[in-house]
Amino acid sequence: MKPSSFAYAKTRSLDETIGLLEQHRDEARIIAGGQSLMALLNLRLSAPKLLVDINGIAGLDGIALDGGDLKIGALVRHSAAQKSPLVARHAPLLALALPHVAHPAIRNRGTVGGSIALADPAAELPACLLALGGAVEIAGPGGMRTVAADDFFQGLYQTALGPDEVLTAIRLPAAGETTRVAFAELARRHGDFALVGLAASARAEGDRLEDLRLAFLSVALTPVRARRAETVLNGQRLGSLPVDEAVAALADDLDPDGDIHASREMKMHLAGVLLRRVAAQLERPVP
Amino acid sequence: MTGTAETGSAPGLLPIDRPNSYIGRSVPRPNLKRLVQGRGEYVSDIVLPRMAHVVFVRSPFAHARIVSIDAAEARRMPGVIAVVTGAELAKVITPWVGVLTHLKGLKSAPQHAIAIDRACWQGEAVAAVVARSRAEAEDAAECVQVDYEPLPVVADMETALDPDTPVIHPELGDNLAFERAHVAGDPQAGFDSADHVVETVFGFGRHTGVTLEPRAVVADYNPGEDRLTVYQGTQAPHMVQNLLAKHLDLPERQVRVVCKDVGGSFGIKVHIYADEMATAALSKLLRRPIKFVADRLESFLTDIHARDHRIKARIGVRNDGTITAIEIDDLTGIGPYSMYPRTSAIEANQVVNLVGGAYTCPNYKARARVVFQNKNVMCQYRAVGHPIATAVTEGLVDLAARTVGIDPVEIRRRNLIPDDAHPCASPAGLKFEALSHHASLEKLIAMMDYEGLRREQAALRARGIHRGIGIASFIEITNPGAAFYGVGGARISSQDGASVRLDATGAVIVHTSVTEQGQGTEAVIAQVVATAFGVPLERVRVILGDTDVTPYGGGTWASRGAGIGGEAAWQAGKALRANVLAAAGAMLQADPATLDIRAGVVVDADTGRERVDLAELARVVYFRPDTLPPGFQAEFMAVRHYVPRGYPFAFTNGVQASYLEVDVDTGFVKLLKHWVVEDCGTILNPQLVDEQIRGGVVQGIGAALFEHCLYDGDGQLRNGSMADYLVPMAGEIPDIAVGHCVSRTGDSELGAKGAGEAGTAGAPAAVMNAINDALAPFGARVTAMPFTPETILRAMGKL
Repeated sequence: MKPSSFAYAKTRSLDETIGLLEQHRDEARIIAGGQSLMALLNLRLSAPKLLVDINGIAGLDGIALDGGDLKIGALVRHSAAQKSPLVARHAPLLALALPHVAHPAIRNRGTVGGSIALADPAAELPACLLALGGAVEIAGPGGMRTVAADDFFQGLYQTALGPDEVLTAIRLPAAGETTRVAFAELARRHGDFALVGLAASARAEGDRLEDLRLAFLSVALTPVRARRAETVLNGQRLGSLPVDEAVAALADDLDPDGDIHASREMKMHLAGVLLRRVAAQLERPVP
Repeated sequence: MTGTAETGSAPGLLPIDRPNSYIGRSVPRPNLKRLVQGRGEYVSDIVLPRMAHVVFVRSPFAHARIVSIDAAEARRMPGVIAVVTGAELAKVITPWVGVLTHLKGLKSAPQHAIAIDRACWQGEAVAAVVARSRAEAEDAAECVQVDYEPLPVVADMETALDPDTPVIHPELGDNLAFERAHVAGDPQAGFDSADHVVETVFGFGRHTGVTLEPRAVVADYNPGEDRLTVYQGTQAPHMVQNLLAKHLDLPERQVRVVCKDVGGSFGIKVHIYADEMATAALSKLLRRPIKFVADRLESFLTDIHARDHRIKARIGVRNDGTITAIEIDDLTGIGPYSMYPRTSAIEANQVVNLVGGAYTCPNYKARARVVFQNKNVMCQYRAVGHPIATAVTEGLVDLAARTVGIDPVEIRRRNLIPDDAHPCASPAGLKFEALSHHASLEKLIAMMDYEGLRREQAALRARGIHRGIGIASFIEITNPGAAFYGVGGARISSQDGASVRLDATGAVIVHTSVTEQGQGTEAVIAQVVATAFGVPLERVRVILGDTDVTPYGGGTWASRGAGIGGEAAWQAGKALRANVLAAAGAMLQADPATLDIRAGVVVDADTGRERVDLAELARVVYFRPDTLPPGFQAEFMAVRHYVPRGYPFAFTNGVQASYLEVDVDTGFVKLLKHWVVEDCGTILNPQLVDEQIRGGVVQGIGAALFEHCLYDGDGQLRNGSMADYLVPMAGEIPDIAVGHCVSRTGDSELGAKGAGEAGTAGAPAAVMNAINDALAPFGARVTAMPFTPETILRAMGKL
C-alpha cells in the first residue's frame, strides 16, 4: 500500500494553484486535508503525477457572515466548523450533521471544501449543502464564479469544478427565525459512511411548512433531492404532516442501487424511516 | 514435584501464598513503558544491511491456470533485484501438506510457497518481486504480466460435494477434506422421550482476526554459515524453526527464529503462511535479507479466515425443561488447502467436541464435514470452534426454554452439570476436572440484577422499546497437552520451559519459551518468578522469543501461556530459590531449610530476620567463591519444564449475558451492557485476565454483529478493506463487567487455567440470544451471524 510516485507542489496563492492546474490539468490533484485522497493514493485507485497542496494559501480558512449567507472557506476543517459559534447559529443543519462525519482525527484534518469538491455521495456535507440550497465559490483562469448546489453535483465524484479550478468557499443561506432543519443517518458503526442519510431544511410559515428541501445521501451517485416528497409536504400544516404520503412518494424520488452493506430494498425502507424521523424533527424549532 | 511442603508457607496456605506474593495482583507490565513510548521493536522496525523488500503478485482469480508469466518489463524497473516464480522458488523450498494423523481421513493437496501452474484462491501468490524498497517492488509488481486461464470456481460450500461440482484437487477424488461422526448415549431414545423436538439452522459467517500489526517477516540467510535467521511476529517460534528447517533443507539448529514485539495475534500468527515460507526461501535463493510486511489489503486476502459453518441442529426437551438429546450436522468450507501445520479440520472437530458440553444430557449425535473451496485458507482463530459450539448449544437451549415456557436462566439451572459432580466427562468424551457452572450463573444473575432487568424490559416493551436479555454458558479448552497436535505427528511442543538465573547483582534473568503478543506474558512470567524466588518484581527481567536462547516450547496459543509457561516459570523460580538458599546456607553455616528469600534478602524463615542480601550473596558466589566451604559449588541457574499430565486439557467455564436494544424500524442493534463470569482457576493478574476477557468479548461481538468476509459466486472477496470489513469499534462496545469464580486445576501448583478465549467463546451466543429475546414478541428469530440490520428486518418480515 504505497502510492505511485508523484510530484508535490505547495502553493501560496490561488493564481499559482490555478497556473499549475492549467499546466497539468487531469494529471494534477489538489490536496487539502487528504483524508480521502491519501487513502485513494495508497490504494493506487488514484495516481496523479502532481499533488498541489493548497494548505499554504492564506484566507481560505475563514467562517464569516457575508450578506445573508454564511461563507465557509474551503480550508476550514470539519472540527473548526463543528466548534464555530457562527456555524451553530447560522447553519444549524451543519452543526447537526458534523458529528456524524467520520471520527475526530479525520475531522481535525478533513476540510469542508475537500468534502464538497470530492462529492462523495455518502458524505454528509454535500447533502447539507444541497438541502440548504447553498452555493459553491470557484476560482479559475477566468476569475471567480458561483455555482448553486443544485447544479454542482453532476455524477459520481463528478462536479461542476473544471480541472483547472479551485473550490474556495461554500455559501449557505443564514438561518432565520423561521428556519427548521433536521438531519438523520444510519451508519453501521459510529463514523462510518451511512447506509442512508437525510438532510432537510425548511421554514415554518405560521403553522405551515414551506420551502422544504430534502437531500438524501448514500442512495444515488450524488446527493439527491426527494422532490416528490418535498411537494407532498410543502405547504402542509405542522402537527399533521402527511408523512405516509411523503414516504410513499420516495418510490418515485429514489432509485438506489444495493451494495454490500444494504440491498436496494433495505435502502428504500431506511429512507422511509429517516423521512419519518426527519419530519418529526422538522415539527420542532431549531433548539 | 507437587505437594511438597513450602518453606515460608504457613499451614493451610497454598504453595503460591508466598510472602510478598505478586500472584493475584495487577502489577504494571514491564514492557508497558517501552511500548507506549514507541520504543517497541516490531518486525517492521528491523532494518538489516543489504535488506530487500518482497511484494507478491497475487492471483485476481479464485481459480485459474497460470499460462505464462512475463516479468521482462518488471525486471527493468528501478530498484528491482529479482522477479521469482513458483517454479523457480521450488528449487529451494519443498511443498507441504496440512494433515495430522489423529484426524483420521483428513486429506489435502501439496501447497507451494508460490503457486505453480495454478492459483486456487483470489490472493494466492503467483510471483515474487524483490526490490530495494516496498514502493519500488509495488511499482514493478504492477508490471508483471500474468496470463491466466480462469477455471471453474467452487465457492459455495453447500454444493461443494455435489457430483457435478468440479473437484479442486482431482487427485484427492472429491472436495471432502474431512468428516467426523460421533454418537454418545442413545440419541434416538433421547428424542423419543422428549415432549418437544425443536430444530433450526445456524450460520456463522467467515471472518478473520484483524491484528493491529500485520504479518511480517525478515529472513536473513547467511551463506557463510549456511544459517537462516528469521525475525517474525509469531506465536510459536520453535514451530516456525522446525518448518523452515524442514522445507528449506537446513538442520534445525541452523535456523534461528527471533520474535520481538508482536502487535496482536489472535491465532492469525500461529500458522506458517505460504508467503512467509516464500520470504525465507527468497532469502536463501538471493543470499540476502528479505523483508515481507503484509499490507492491509493482502492481509484480508491471505490471513487465515475462520468460522464459516452451517449447522443444522435439533434438541429434545421435556415439559419440565429436561434436555433429552442434541444432534448437530456441521458443514464448513476451508478454502483450497488445509492450513499448515495445524490443519483446517480442527475447528469442525472442536465443534463436535464442545456442543452440549456444559449440560448433563448424555444423548448426543454429531456429524461434521469439512470441504474444499476456492476461497482464502481457513484455520484456527481465537476460541477455535467455541463460539460456534456455544451459539449452537445456547441457541438450542433458549429455543427449548421458549418452547416449554421456562425462563432461560431456569432451564440452565435444571440442565447444567452440577458443580459438585466433578470430575466428570462430557458426551463427546471431554474430561472436566472442576467446573463451576452453577456458581458462575448465580454470580452473573446477581451482578446483572436479572429480575430487575426483566422488569425493565417488560415496562419498556409496553412503550414500544424492544430490549433483549441473552444468557450463554460455555466451556473453554485451555492448557492443552499433546492431544491437540503432538499426537497427530506435528512437531509443535505442548510443554514449555523457563530458565532462571541470578545475576551478580541479585537480579533475576528469565528465559521462557512462551511468547508475548501484547497480552501481557512478560508481566505474568515476571510476577510468577518474582513470587517463587522472592525478589521485587523490578529485579526480574524476562527474555522471550528467540529459539537460540530460550528453552524449547510451544509458545502462546490455545490459552496456554500463563497456565503452562507460568507453571514452568514457577517451578524454575522455586528451583533457583533452593539453589540460592543452598549457597546461603553454606555461607551462613545454616540449614537451608530454615532460610527463605523475601524481597531480595535471605531471611530466617520463621522470624523473617534478615541474614544476607542477594547482591552480597551473589558477589561472594561469583567473585569470592574461594571463601565458601571447600567442595561447595553454587548453581545460580535453574531450568524447569512443564506440561499438564493429569488432564489432556484444563477446561474452564463461564457464563455471559448481553443486554441490548433492537430498533425494530431499522434493525439496528444497540448493545447496552455485557456481563461475564468466568472461572480460569488461579488468577495470576486480575487486570490482564479481565482485559483478556473484555478483548475476547469484543471479538465475539464482532462475529455476532459486524465481521464478515463477503465472497461472491466467483470467489471474489468483496469487502477486503478496513472501510468495508467492519471490526467493532469502541463506540459500539458497551461496558463489559467481569466477575470470577475460582476452581483451581490440580495439575499444577499455580492452579491457573487459561483465560484468553473465554470472551470470544461466549459473546456471540449471548448477543444472539438477546436479539432473539428482543424479537420474541414479533415471532422472529435470527440464527445466521453476523446479524446485520437487514437480516433482522428480514426475519421480522419488514423487507
